[in-house]
Amino acid sequence: MHHRIYHPTVARLTYRGLLGRRRAAVLFTLPALLLVIAAAVRLLTGADDDTATKVLGGFALATMVPLIGVIAGTGAIGPEIDDGSVVYLLAKPVKRPTIILTKLLVATGVTAVFSAVPTLIAGLILNGNSQRIAVAYTIAAAVASVAYSALFLLLGTVTRHAVVAGLVYALIWESLFGSLVPGARTLSVQQWALSLAERIAAPGAVSSDVGLPVAVVLLAGVTVAATWYAGEKLRKLTLAGEE
Amino acid sequence: MPPETTAASAQDVIHNIGYRPYTGPRLGRGYARRALWSQSLRGAYGLGRSAKSKVLPMTLLAVMCAPAAIIVAVAITTKMNDLPVEYTRYAILLQAVIGLYLASQAPQAVSRDLRFRTIPLYFSRPIERVDYVLAKYAALASALFLLTAAPLLILYVGALLAKLGFAAQTKAFAQGLVSVALLSLLFAGLGLVVAALTPRRGFGVAAVIAVLTISFGAVSTVQGIAYARDNTDVIGWLGLFSPITLVDGVQTAFLDATSSFPGGNGPGTGAGLVYLLVVLALIAGSYALLMRRYRKAGL
Repeated sequence: MHHRIYHPTVARLTYRGLLGRRRAAVLFTLPALLLVIAAAVRLLTGADDDTATKVLGGFALATMVPLIGVIAGTGAIGPEIDDGSVVYLLAKPVKRPTIILTKLLVATGVTAVFSAVPTLIAGLILNGNSQRIAVAYTIAAAVASVAYSALFLLLGTVTRHAVVAGLVYALIWESLFGSLVPGARTLSVQQWALSLAERIAAPGAVSSDVGLPVAVVLLAGVTVAATWYAGEKLRKLTLAGEE
Repeated sequence: MPPETTAASAQDVIHNIGYRPYTGPRLGRGYARRALWSQSLRGAYGLGRSAKSKVLPMTLLAVMCAPAAIIVAVAITTKMNDLPVEYTRYAILLQAVIGLYLASQAPQAVSRDLRFRTIPLYFSRPIERVDYVLAKYAALASALFLLTAAPLLILYVGALLAKLGFAAQTKAFAQGLVSVALLSLLFAGLGLVVAALTPRRGFGVAAVIAVLTISFGAVSTVQGIAYARDNTDVIGWLGLFSPITLVDGVQTAFLDATSSFPGGNGPGTGAGLVYLLVVLALIAGSYALLMRRYRKAGL
């Protein structure tokens, strides 16, 4: 029996669930807003590297990417577990880790497309990739979307309140604690992604609190561990009734 | 009481199995509306629901009150002459907690009714569409007011215990209450409108938080850039585009608050009037949209 990591039918169902009417509206609104802000800032202030870093770091990477990650990551599995229709999927002869991996690939793809592409365009609008800032943030957004998707997909299998839990991590931990407690920044997907951006951009253009080797190890570790544990959770999933 | 059988119906009826109509008092529309309000308000703190659904709202209430208690304790022990945090600033500082509470409870208030199709059951009772919308809106606004006013009360009681000036503290406390009342109405309206769009609870949560954080993130980013460029006039107007900065603008203009905008460049009285009008328009608009949403009872 061959072992697949990608199942096209599961992928198609996940993709359609994610880009259903209303979810897609939010997924399109966020990047559109980023582009509008980028265009408005460029018109108001002209091309400026410092401004570009503020918009891409403060809005795109700190707010937009985690939110898209929460919507895509938890949305890839949460609603199915929530309304119980996941039993029909689990009853099929498809390995549960395959289901998780497929859903992760779709969630990552959706997050990456909806966050990295607009980040690149916004960066080009803001300063035309001067000091490689646009490319640096684009790669940071793409890498962060892999880790966020894995984390939030795991949350979707662990708790019924996955969206709230994901938002607590993204808002309270990364934004609030991250700005108050320096140690909290070491355990932040955003900072790990920033350390990559720091390496790619011209020296001094982007700064991160985490060194690159640590960041890469943590990013890979969190992604693999979260995916493995999500597969385990799905293997032993018990369906709870509506509270 | 015997089955009511009249001579005429006795001939028509094949079997009289003794069904009786309800003849007790009927409490009417006003009572139903009040009941819906109080049950929704209790539900917003998980009262009358499972223990698991109490965890989140109660935790958020505790998180909301804890800093106030700490501030008061510090102010009393170190004998400060004034509280280190203004009453009007408190909600702005803890906006993430308020946002999470709204995002978790607004869908709870409306999405489940939509998802389990209980809306037609409500409307089979003597309540109208306006009663349902008003009761849900009032319940969520009251819940938010409890969440935001409780820490202010702790600050106020603490300030009086620390023997800070009674008149000044009372005035500042009253201004803080007006501000959080406005915030509660505004946030409850926006949260319900977004949550009522979808029968999926999880998606409602994400959509509500997206509206709050994305708008605030966008506004504060652009404000920061304007501040760095010394473009201070724009900062005051940019606040019009996110809910929490709207409240900040109104209280800066009318409630003696210090603005949390970059450099404290809040709107003056003239611009503050625009802020107030926008807030009131948003509250009225939320109500109108909710009324429109429930025009069709099914879904």
